[in-house]
Amino acid sequence: MNTSTGYAPRNYKIVKHKDKTLLEVAMGPHHPSTHGVFRMDVKLDGETIIDLIPYFGYLHRNHEKLAEDMTYFSTMPYTDRLDYLCSMTNNWAYALTVEKLANISVPERAEYIRVIIGELTRLVNHMLLVGFYINDLGAIGTPLLYALREREKILDLFEWASGARMMCNYLRFGGIREDVSDEWLASCNKLVDAFPYFLDEYDQLLTGNEIVISRSQGVGVLSKELAINAGITGPMLRASGVNYDLRKTDSYSIYDRFNFRVPLGQFGDCYDRFMLRLLEMRESITILKQALRDIPKGEIQSKVPPVLKPKPGEAYGRIESPKGELGFYLVSDGSVNPYRYRVRPPSLINLTLLRDLCIGHKLADTIIIFGSIDIVLGEVDR
Amino acid sequence: MNGQGILKGMLVTAKNFFGSYVSRERLTTVSYPEGGNTIKEQSRNIPFLVFDGEDPVAGMRCTACQKCEKACPPQCIFIEKDKDERGKALQRPKVFDIDASVCMGCQICVEVCPFESIWMDSNFELSTFNRFEGLQFNREKLLKSNTYFHKIHPQQAQASDDRLAEKERKRLEREAARRAEKSASEPQV
Ligand code: SF4
Ligand code: SF4
Repeated sequence: MNTSTGYAPRNYKIVKHKDKTLLEVAMGPHHPSTHGVFRMDVKLDGETIIDLIPYFGYLHRNHEKLAEDMTYFSTMPYTDRLDYLCSMTNNWAYALTVEKLANISVPERAEYIRVIIGELTRLVNHMLLVGFYINDLGAIGTPLLYALREREKILDLFEWASGARMMCNYLRFGGIREDVSDEWLASCNKLVDAFPYFLDEYDQLLTGNEIVISRSQGVGVLSKELAINAGITGPMLRASGVNYDLRKTDSYSIYDRFNFRVPLGQFGDCYDRFMLRLLEMRESITILKQALRDIPKGEIQSKVPPVLKPKPGEAYGRIESPKGELGFYLVSDGSVNPYRYRVRPPSLINLTLLRDLCIGHKLADTIIIFGSIDIVLGEVDR
Repeated sequence: MNGQGILKGMLVTAKNFFGSYVSRERLTTVSYPEGGNTIKEQSRNIPFLVFDGEDPVAGMRCTACQKCEKACPPQCIFIEKDKDERGKALQRPKVFDIDASVCMGCQICVEVCPFESIWMDSNFELSTFNRFEGLQFNREKLLKSNTYFHKIHPQQAQASDDRLAEKERKRLEREAARRAEKSASEPQV
């Protein structure tokens, strides 16, 4: 039974639940901590969350249906806009799927460049996640801006290579659009060499910080079993202690040539998820170093027909995007447009557990649990 | 000890703050608009049309082949072919519109253009008070000289010029060959 009082503003409701009086609050859709347009209806008993219902779809733009009306190639710039922080990995996943569908091979150098920009994208994404996570904890500004400062250097590299900072549209079926110059590789090398120092500084700033520890340890614990059952992927799954990284299990592209470790969490709480990202960045750096050392000279684009008409069939391609398993599913009927185009977005599937993670915690913890999941609404809503 | 982490954090902040006075590395912002131009050479924003020489219309490279119009994913290019007095279609556009509010700067039009005519501009100061006509870029507004192209993208412009020169050379060679053939096959009297 709902009883509204004259004092409560419109989006606050007082509801009766069993013998308690609960406050129902609509958080969002325009809320600085929801990282986009996203709404949660939370039922509160005092400050404790009794129930939470997420609402999304505010950013829906019909991506999948649009792609079915366009040629394979025209969809490429639109995939940038799925997870707009990691356009390069989105391009990669899509290119990989089409290459699988149409049996296109990729030259060696292009594969290396893909790995380099893919790992740089991981740095960009984790940088942002870590910065915003601390921002959500209440340290507004400073740590976030340090993270953004480093991210900016990587975005400069992206702009240099592809022309755009965020909407790169850089990969092509069977290669990449433009080769990177030796100066580019040299400055990438410089950035990669300097990055661990920044990470050390960041560690010093935050990881031992009492507030970070007391706010996030034991908050939003995700058990191994639940994570596997819910289909969670990416850093969130690994923070719960499940060793599953597509770069290792699938070793798509040329990831089997690199020597790197997969960091794992132990408790699956917010602190593990936060630390795991910091550790993953260090592993990305080792991959980058190896890739930059081994990159060969040569072709960057294999022969691809100007109008791509794959044989009828289907293909599912997936990569380990910074947020989890990003997959594309394509069905071809032999024409220039895909018959069916489907995205498996890691953000959406990781978000499905928000309610389970939040119940029983305080309202302020919702924000950091939500922040530690790492979603981008562009990918959730598509 | 409690509070140590916070103190350490403060130290890092202080290092960054005072460091910004001494090292260029830590000072990462520039003031806009006085701070100078920080855009990269490859930077792209919205397409423009290149013309050679002085006269925009006579030197226009675009032949109105409409390839870019077909390839543009959000369909923001509109082209109409020019006609002479007798209604014969000319190899240049009469109308060439790009809707800047729709264009997403993907550079696909540049990639498909076979005549090196359309390229990406890096000018980002496009704000206007009139969002309808102000953002509808017509042919006159889009046409920019090759000199301008050389100024904003020196490498791309040079490569493009080289390719055009190569094409011209090939064309002249072919023509010379044809002429030679013609004169050889002519009956000798
Ligand atoms: S840059 Fe892309 S969206 Fe803009 S006109 Fe060219 S093809 Fe169309
Ligand atoms: S800009 Fe290029 S592709 Fe577009 S109509 Fe002109 S010549 Fe053709």
